[in-house]
Amino acid sequence: MAGAAFYDLEGTLVSTNLVHTLGFYARRQQGLLSSFSKSAATFISLPLFAVSDQYSRKVFNDLYFKRYKGQSEDRLRYFSQELFEDVIRPAVFPGTYELIEKSRSLGLRQVVITGALDLSVKPLMEHLNITDYVTNRLEFVNGMATGRLLPPIMAAATKASWIRTFSEREGISLSDSYAYTDSMSDLPMLSVVGHPAVVNPDMRLRQTALHHDWPILDLK
Amino acid sequence: MALQLRRKTHESVTYIDRDSAPRIIPSGEDFILEDLPIGTRVLYPNPPIKGLPNREAAIRYALNHPHGCDPLFAQLEPGMRVTVAVDDISLPLPPMATPDIRQTILEIVLDMLAGHGVDDVHIIIANSLHRKMTEWEMKRMVGSRIFDEYYPDRYYNHDAEWADGLIKIGETKHKEPLVLNRRAAESDLLIYVNINLVPMDGGHKSVAVGLCDYQSLRAHHDPQTIRDSDSYMDPARSELNRKCVRLGKIVDEHLNVFHIETAINNRMYKADMDFLTKNEDDFTAFDRMKFEAMRYTMSKLPRPARRKLLHSRPSQYELIACHAGKTEPVHEKIVAKGFEQYAIPVRGQCDILITGIPDISPYNVYSILNPLLVQVMALGYHFNFYRHKPLLKTGGVMIVHHPCYDDFDHQFHPSYIEFFNRLLPETRDAFVLREKYEQEFANNPSYVEMYRRGNAYHGAHPFFMWYWGENGRQHVGRVIAAGAENSHVPAMLGWERADNLTEAIAMARSYMGNSAEITMLHQPMIGIADME
Repeated sequence: MAGAAFYDLEGTLVSTNLVHTLGFYARRQQGLLSSFSKSAATFISLPLFAVSDQYSRKVFNDLYFKRYKGQSEDRLRYFSQELFEDVIRPAVFPGTYELIEKSRSLGLRQVVITGALDLSVKPLMEHLNITDYVTNRLEFVNGMATGRLLPPIMAAATKASWIRTFSEREGISLSDSYAYTDSMSDLPMLSVVGHPAVVNPDMRLRQTALHHDWPILDLK
Repeated sequence: MALQLRRKTHESVTYIDRDSAPRIIPSGEDFILEDLPIGTRVLYPNPPIKGLPNREAAIRYALNHPHGCDPLFAQLEPGMRVTVAVDDISLPLPPMATPDIRQTILEIVLDMLAGHGVDDVHIIIANSLHRKMTEWEMKRMVGSRIFDEYYPDRYYNHDAEWADGLIKIGETKHKEPLVLNRRAAESDLLIYVNINLVPMDGGHKSVAVGLCDYQSLRAHHDPQTIRDSDSYMDPARSELNRKCVRLGKIVDEHLNVFHIETAINNRMYKADMDFLTKNEDDFTAFDRMKFEAMRYTMSKLPRPARRKLLHSRPSQYELIACHAGKTEPVHEKIVAKGFEQYAIPVRGQCDILITGIPDISPYNVYSILNPLLVQVMALGYHFNFYRHKPLLKTGGVMIVHHPCYDDFDHQFHPSYIEFFNRLLPETRDAFVLREKYEQEFANNPSYVEMYRRGNAYHGAHPFFMWYWGENGRQHVGRVIAAGAENSHVPAMLGWERADNLTEAIAMARSYMGNSAEITMLHQPMIGIADME
């Protein structure tokens, strides 16, 4: 049975995070006033996002994705390529290409599991030549975002659960698989594979990695 | 036999008598004072050969009077492409006081290159699969003038995993591939700057190992090669050396290599710590005071602080010879000079060999001597410090003194941790480990990235460390870890444990008999037991 390499995306393979995407869309609202107010609201929310992310990824997601409420699907999709070119592509860590290339050369399936939105992730996946990826998806009603996510919501234990289901379906050996993340909330994902590794970790995850003797990578 | 053994044969060989002073034994970051059994033979490092009074002049003379080729200046042409490769931080040990010999050589060589219109110059650290040196270490090694001018674009570490930066040179008739650093291989002239600390260093190993990739290295860094080396510190009887020479012939066919080799004396410490290499019977009151002061200070410090303190003491090695030119004639002269410094004539093997393991190894500079490194220092380096035949009889007992703490450096030795905790409980058979797991570790993407972008040893390196102890493992009957603070580390290494040296000697005597001949290597020492 072959293995796979499971990657978290933001903070792991690219330096951007969810807030960069929100900020990008906030700056591209219809009308100057709307852009300004959305940008200001995003900026003011930063401490709240930071605290809620430390507390619980679920609470963070609830607060964060509400900011998309009322935005049109067309608009979000229209700017996704620009988002990739201007924000995401320059933020890809230099080591990302090497890591993926090395993993691919070993015959490992390349799989990205991210809490980011599908429309912002797709161009990057094409750029990295990764076909297996799962993202969060916004709920749209009549073409407008409701500020809620469609299940399954990719965060914390859901990622691990998805990896198990995916591996069972695709005949992937988890003990021969690798997982990479920068976030403490992805601890379950690291726990289900045979070769967990942390990338550019914060203090909490670094301590956990040291405690478990996991490799600590710096792709910058 | 015993009487004959106890005849004084050399100034570096002492026998313990009724009135002998207790001996200092390094044990990790500690120094233990122990009374040894009467009749124990203690080997000390030879006194340092006097350093050359003007090392710049000696280096210039070597460059202008090379062996087997034209002088360096005569080989230079404006516009040519030159690469200068230098030994990495694993040499010498501990890192030497600044200016490092490499800095002195580089300053002379680079000035000469500039004076002949050679501008396309790169300096590459020949770290092979060792960890890459940090920016601070690189600056310390070559001095700020060279560092500021060349770093990072023209002064960098070799990367054995960068496919575009490597090129296949050829293959020996024994199917050993040779893939080398592309920049070095495609240069019009490759100048190699070496420091020779032990006879295993230098020669064809410098280029063929220092600048190669993993596949090239695994052809000779394997258990069978180490088993066939008797010892690897004796080039004439080393299979490892024979394989390096085979690869070196290919290097010489394809590359123009100008080898600069240096031999250094064994003045490891400054006056404040030089008592560590002296015979305790000859201690002055001042020596005793220095030792007690050091021991008191160390006893008040936690282990990381003791380690930091020891690592902050640079060695005081002095240049005793410098030769340049073609690799083989140069290396022959340097090895001869090295043996002049290190060889200690010894008559008769022993039944029990005692060696303290100081916090010094090529692989833990500014880092932790983890259990695998304790193993390689004991069964690898210390066991192999002989010529002609081992100091210890076949099936004898080796007593190593070290706390054997279960502590690893996550930044420098990540793959060691998995090797120790996952593989050793399954098997200690070097051949099984090589066949079953070596490639998995070597290709682990996490370890590859940590080697390439961080300062980690290559994923396959812990395997080489295990193979490095292979001839020791095959030869020694038992290993007893004296002073080990836990039982699981010695057990994982296949060793027995004793609380202290007295208990370890009693255990060893129970196996070898009460009349067993005991020899102690007085560490820290670099010395080759030249067995009659």
